[in-house]
Amino acid sequence: MNLAIILNVVIQGVLTGLVYGLMALGLSVIFGVVRMVNFAHGEFAVVAMYATYLLFVTFGLDPLISLLPIAAAFFLIGFLLQAALVNRFVGRSEHEQFILLVGLAIIIVNGLLMIFGPDARPTNLPYSFDSYAIGPMFIDKARVYAAIGALVVSAALFAFFRYTATGTAIRACADNLTGAAVVGLNVKHLYALTFGLGLACVGAAGALMVTIADASPLLAQAFTLLAFTIVIIGGLGSMAGALVGGLLIGVSEALASFFLAPSMKSMFSFALLVAVLVLRPQGLMGRRA
Amino acid sequence: MRAMWSAIPRRGRVILLVLVALLLTAPLALDRYFISVLILIFYFAFVGQAWNIMMGFAGQLSLGHALYAGLGGYVAALLWFYFGIGPWLGVFAGVAIAALFGAVIGWLGFRFGIEGVYFALLTIAFAEFTRIAFDNMAFTGGAGGLFLLYDASRAHEWWNLRGGPLLFYYLGFALAAGAALLTAWLARSRIGFQWLAVREDQEAALSLGIDAFRAKMIAILISSSMTAIGGVLLAFYYNSLFPAQAFDISRSIEIILAPIIGGLGTIFGPIVGAFILTPLGEGLIALTAKFGIDVPGTKAVFYGLTLMVIITLRPDGVWPWLKRMLGLDETKP
Amino acid sequence: MSALLKIDAVSKRFRGLVAVDRLSFEVPKGGIFAVIGPNGAGKTTLFNMIAGVFAPDSGAIAFAGERIDGLTPDRVCRRGIGRTFQLVRPFPALSVEDNVIVGALLHRQHVNAARAHAHEVLRRLDLYDKRVQRASALTLPDRKRLEVARALATDPKLLLLDEVMAGLRPTETDRIVAILKALNRESGLTILLIEHVMRAVMALASRILVLHHGAVISEGAPSEVVRDRAVIDSYLGAEAVS
Repeated sequence: MNLAIILNVVIQGVLTGLVYGLMALGLSVIFGVVRMVNFAHGEFAVVAMYATYLLFVTFGLDPLISLLPIAAAFFLIGFLLQAALVNRFVGRSEHEQFILLVGLAIIIVNGLLMIFGPDARPTNLPYSFDSYAIGPMFIDKARVYAAIGALVVSAALFAFFRYTATGTAIRACADNLTGAAVVGLNVKHLYALTFGLGLACVGAAGALMVTIADASPLLAQAFTLLAFTIVIIGGLGSMAGALVGGLLIGVSEALASFFLAPSMKSMFSFALLVAVLVLRPQGLMGRRA
Repeated sequence: MRAMWSAIPRRGRVILLVLVALLLTAPLALDRYFISVLILIFYFAFVGQAWNIMMGFAGQLSLGHALYAGLGGYVAALLWFYFGIGPWLGVFAGVAIAALFGAVIGWLGFRFGIEGVYFALLTIAFAEFTRIAFDNMAFTGGAGGLFLLYDASRAHEWWNLRGGPLLFYYLGFALAAGAALLTAWLARSRIGFQWLAVREDQEAALSLGIDAFRAKMIAILISSSMTAIGGVLLAFYYNSLFPAQAFDISRSIEIILAPIIGGLGTIFGPIVGAFILTPLGEGLIALTAKFGIDVPGTKAVFYGLTLMVIITLRPDGVWPWLKRMLGLDETKP
Repeated sequence: MSALLKIDAVSKRFRGLVAVDRLSFEVPKGGIFAVIGPNGAGKTTLFNMIAGVFAPDSGAIAFAGERIDGLTPDRVCRRGIGRTFQLVRPFPALSVEDNVIVGALLHRQHVNAARAHAHEVLRRLDLYDKRVQRASALTLPDRKRLEVARALATDPKLLLLDEVMAGLRPTETDRIVAILKALNRESGLTILLIEHVMRAVMALASRILVLHHGAVISEGAPSEVVRDRAVIDSYLGAEAVS
């Protein structure tokens, strides 16, 4: 086993993992603050993929550029979704919230299926097949750009939560809901903002994802599970945990795909999920509930 | 038994008897298509009831129930395929394997305090893991699928589930009815009360001496076993199994649709749900086919919409509302 | 009178905060024992340790001569200790009757027998007429009595009542006090209660334990304890005794 080949695989995994991490970050934010189980998470990511694909095919827009309008659009969708519908479910039982979003997920994924059909749509960027040659390794340019994009968006989100008043208010809601309400924070409004931000992350991640995978409705459910696996492994309530978890899963999937078989890559992730749930439910970096 | 029967109001008893009579005699009047729809309804009413026991009564959310149906189907089918062992025997093996998986999942979840969403994810992880595993195992037919050849000369072997739609119709009916009776009996039994207590408030239940772990384990064992039986039925009805279908999360979601829409934690909920959803779904397909539209995913979009509408407006399900409309509801608000 | 419950040098800390500090006392069989003290004194922590919600860091808890510290809550209940919660926790979707049946099923295998016993208990607690109502529809005083009824249905030898009188009007308080006194008198039920409502404490308790910062500052008959300088300073205030 050539060490260089393995290192190559690991690096590709890291780059992919960063994009996964961005997607999971969106879920972590929603899950951690609104305490909503967004089971439609992966479905939204795939919608973003299709949107990016369409923008590219119609206007020739590079995903790194269309990322911005898509993220903005998804923010709006998330905000409206929470304000109009999901807010009603905030006090309700867990299974009801879950089912609502499962219903939404079914509609989205099958809607995509109806519109686009089951065949995967590749986004053939001019640099899709270029790679950086670093020593004996070849690293896809597209993945590097995507990873950088993911880091930039994540950093922006971190900054928002750390340095803005609204960000602090949202973190307050996550920490202590009653306290937040009592000091006059408009919780419903903040929830809507949070859902919007979470979906914006997903939108951005989806846009970046087209550099790694071809748009297909069949990815949706896999992405949802991936996002949940990452969030749980990384730790609920920890944004850094989402990225770390993303990296971990990205690398482990790449290695599993290489050493076992591509179709078996998620088996390892699921095994890891079960192990974390049983042994360390707060994840690697989460706070103990 | 008598207590259960007398607990139903007079009007309800009449309606029930009429329905049973209709269903038993329906095959005389209906054509093959409608019979096949009813078989599906019975299947969903049956597995829906199995899931209802675990979720509606014990309050444990499983989103990986297709695992048990798939295991039941595959185990029985493989025994038939390789050893000629009929499903009348194979079903026991199928149930045993499914119950074993249920026990493992239950033990992991309940022993380590994995609840709610986390438990649901645990069940999904197991189902997905198994799906991928079966995809990659040659002896199960892999991703290409397992096919049970239909031998017309053996069509009379009802104990091997070789037979026409009528066999599956009455078997399906018996299972759905049996499941309803079982649920009704369990609901008013000691374990039923324990389940409800655990569902409502596990800590309070513990303070009353209820062994919550044991109660939940019993729920998952019953639920997984019943679902496996349904899986055997389906496997021998369709005579084919694919991992991508048998264990897929969309199968798991299909299983939960009827009980949620019909009414969780009720006895007739899954039945009402199945009778509403399946005909509507099939009807939608038939309707769109008439207009020349054959788009995969139409039915599922409809199901998704129904799910969202019901959970928003009538989270208790259709049955409680229907009960009131029919004047069958005697409980005080 | 022998000790039914024996707390022996029990301590509990939560990350640096000492909630209960080497606490020792005994509850005699058939007695009504009250634990009072300011908020944060460690009273509910004590209850939770007895009831098995968590184990003490050190020390021992013995019930009817056997160690129970470290047992899970359901095992503790099966040994004969019933408890209520400070913030009542009825099973909301179940009827009043069904709530109590759950408790009654502990020592009964058949639902019909449990129902019969539940009816008895409901009658005692003045809730029989409301037995088919959903628990979520009850008023607070009724919920409190339901909580007591449910715990009582498990046929406990010792009943732990956590601030059962909180939020009740004086007439309601007197009602529950009367019921508890009757239970204690007729069936010899031992009662350990946490309470702030001094009216109830004085009417019920044969012995009072005063906790402050997790430790005992006074123990004895009600008349002595309320005149104890330390108790007045830390908790009761001078007006309470004048």
